[in-house]
Amino acid sequence: MTSAQAVDDIVGSEYEHGFTTDIASETFPPGLDEGVVRAISARKGEPEFMTEWRLKAYRHWLTMREPAWAAVYYPKIDFQSISYFSAPKRPEDMPKSLDEIDPILLDTYNKLGIPLEEQKALAGIAVDAVFDSVSVATTFRKSLAEAGVIFCSISEAVHDYPELIQQHLGSVVPHTDNYYAGLNAAVYSDGTFVYVPKGVRCPMELSTYFRINARNTGQFERTLIVAEAGSYVSYLEGCTAPQRDENQLHAAVVELIAMEDAEIKYSTVQNWYPGDAQGKGGIYNFVTKRGDCRGARSKISWTQVETGSAITWKYPSCLLRGDGSVGEFYSVAVTKGRQQADTGTKMIHIGKNTSSTIVSKGISAGEGTQTYRGLVRIGPRAEGARNHTQCDSLLIGDRCSANTFPYIEVKHPSANMEHEATTSKISDDQLFYCRSRGLTEEDAVSMIVNGFCKEVFNELPMEFAVEAQKLLSISLEGAVG
Amino acid sequence: MLAVKGLRANVGGKEILRGLDFSVGPGEVHAIMGPNGSGKSTFAHVLSGREGYEVTAGSATFEGQDLLTLEPEERAQLGLFLAFQYPVELPGVNNTYFLKAALNSILKARGEPELDAVSFLRLIKEKLKILHLDDSLLKRAVNAGFSGGEKKRNEIFQMALLEPKLAILDETDSGLDIDALRVVADGVNALRSPERSMIVVTHYQRLLDYIQPDVVHVLSKGRIIRSGGKELALELEEKGYGWIDAEGQAA
Repeated sequence: MTSAQAVDDIVGSEYEHGFTTDIASETFPPGLDEGVVRAISARKGEPEFMTEWRLKAYRHWLTMREPAWAAVYYPKIDFQSISYFSAPKRPEDMPKSLDEIDPILLDTYNKLGIPLEEQKALAGIAVDAVFDSVSVATTFRKSLAEAGVIFCSISEAVHDYPELIQQHLGSVVPHTDNYYAGLNAAVYSDGTFVYVPKGVRCPMELSTYFRINARNTGQFERTLIVAEAGSYVSYLEGCTAPQRDENQLHAAVVELIAMEDAEIKYSTVQNWYPGDAQGKGGIYNFVTKRGDCRGARSKISWTQVETGSAITWKYPSCLLRGDGSVGEFYSVAVTKGRQQADTGTKMIHIGKNTSSTIVSKGISAGEGTQTYRGLVRIGPRAEGARNHTQCDSLLIGDRCSANTFPYIEVKHPSANMEHEATTSKISDDQLFYCRSRGLTEEDAVSMIVNGFCKEVFNELPMEFAVEAQKLLSISLEGAVG
Repeated sequence: MLAVKGLRANVGGKEILRGLDFSVGPGEVHAIMGPNGSGKSTFAHVLSGREGYEVTAGSATFEGQDLLTLEPEERAQLGLFLAFQYPVELPGVNNTYFLKAALNSILKARGEPELDAVSFLRLIKEKLKILHLDDSLLKRAVNAGFSGGEKKRNEIFQMALLEPKLAILDETDSGLDIDALRVVADGVNALRSPERSMIVVTHYQRLLDYIQPDVVHVLSKGRIIRSGGKELALELEEKGYGWIDAEGQAA
């Protein structure tokens, strides 16, 4: 059966139930029902197992409720008003020139030193010139293939490596996990698949930046990284340049699987559009990220720098199942203007002699609110488990706020737990001290904030760390005074 | 170099400086002494541009420029330096990095070329040698966890590096034992030069045993009521501030 026929069949079969979505259109009309889920799958030409997987998730999602426990406030989302499929834009639909783009965004691009052609690409303008990264990507792919590392979009993986997908997709974050993960499983648009074979040390940092077709992955992104026994991979997500997107709701799912002695390092710099000064138009970023340390002595390390989005709801977590496995979470989150973030991590100690480290640095400025929410659970079999948590908040100005909700559950007497938390303010004394040495107020703030975040930046790959520092300085410009 | 005329300033609505006249020539070292609450620290802060001090009358010019309209960093860029009575801690900010940023910011403002890492380190080594300091301070965060003596030494080290034209030392002797005091005083003396003026603000005569001032001023109730040579400091030590106050009231 050709895919065109399959499409016809689906459209035909659904029509009697009132399904009228024209799947040939570029964008599906708003609304979500089984027909839409089928149509997304058909449009992507997916094998049956994937269609069924999506439908199962969708049916379960219908029984779920939107979570309300996070300390973030926003108008209720109407899930029937969202369009769940949108083909990549044709050049004629895109903005024609930088003149049509928010000047504040352009200003930031310039401060970050982004070349003009890339600025256009980031702002979603049709770019004629093919810039350097295409050729970079080609060489890049070649050396990965030589090492046996699979690095492709998840849609490609569904076609090319169905057995790997069937085995692993949803095995860390099942569709039953939470409301947004359920929704993502039903309607996920695209994402990244990484597979590192046994004993292979991935020869380079993997970054979506080099995956050209990573653009337009849509609002329901899905990432799956599998590191077989004894392998190592470092993955960089996002980029420091602020990204604009038409879709307000982003509900991504990231699953990491580390087998025996494998290590996955996952670094994120998230800088989605936070909205205008009133907080209008910003992205809602409701993400489920979880790593499964399945094998003994495996290690998963999350490092994140979060400066964007209107609302962030995100807890990269580690399931420490293998004996002696290690989980790490290093985070810098910035909220300013009217941004809200409820973020943290979960370290679930299951195996023996597992250890975890949490270093969370929250910075609030303007009217930003920020919540650290972290869970450390030591299971009944987790003999000799250790956790160290350090959770610091920095306030800039007197209209922002920071909350900390640490949850600690210990079910084994041998556990060793440490928890440190501080809240501080950039004081007038500190600013005056720096200024009296010739530094401008903005340089002073940036220096103090970067000092505050140092432990986390030390965990980022070198180049990323430099960019993250710069980004932080730009994010906090004008935050004082 | 610095000329202050009829300076009046309020802090929190209360008048602290009440018509202060004061001037310093190039290469001169002036000591300002006075009892607690006489306005010594206020004067130091008003000169360096700290917020929260409201100047209501008078003027302060530095090499012909109106100091009072400038931001604190602009004053520093002109060559003004304040050694703090209580140096501030900046956790996580590496001392070397901080000093390099400060020096380059000043150089940049003056239109001079900024120093790269190599030439900066060379400069730092040279300054450490002059002050007989070891380099352990450099690797730590600015003042974080420093002892009182270390903090004050770090202030003098910053002064050596930034090479100000006018340095104001605000009660640099407070909280120091006699050994630490000597180290700091030696540092200050090493930095004396015909191009560099200093204002040494102190409560006690003790510091002036080590740093010999050209002129001693006595500040009381926001005005300078006596000026003289260093023998004035000794006289004060002997008779106490009550003597000056009584005389001031009589006058």
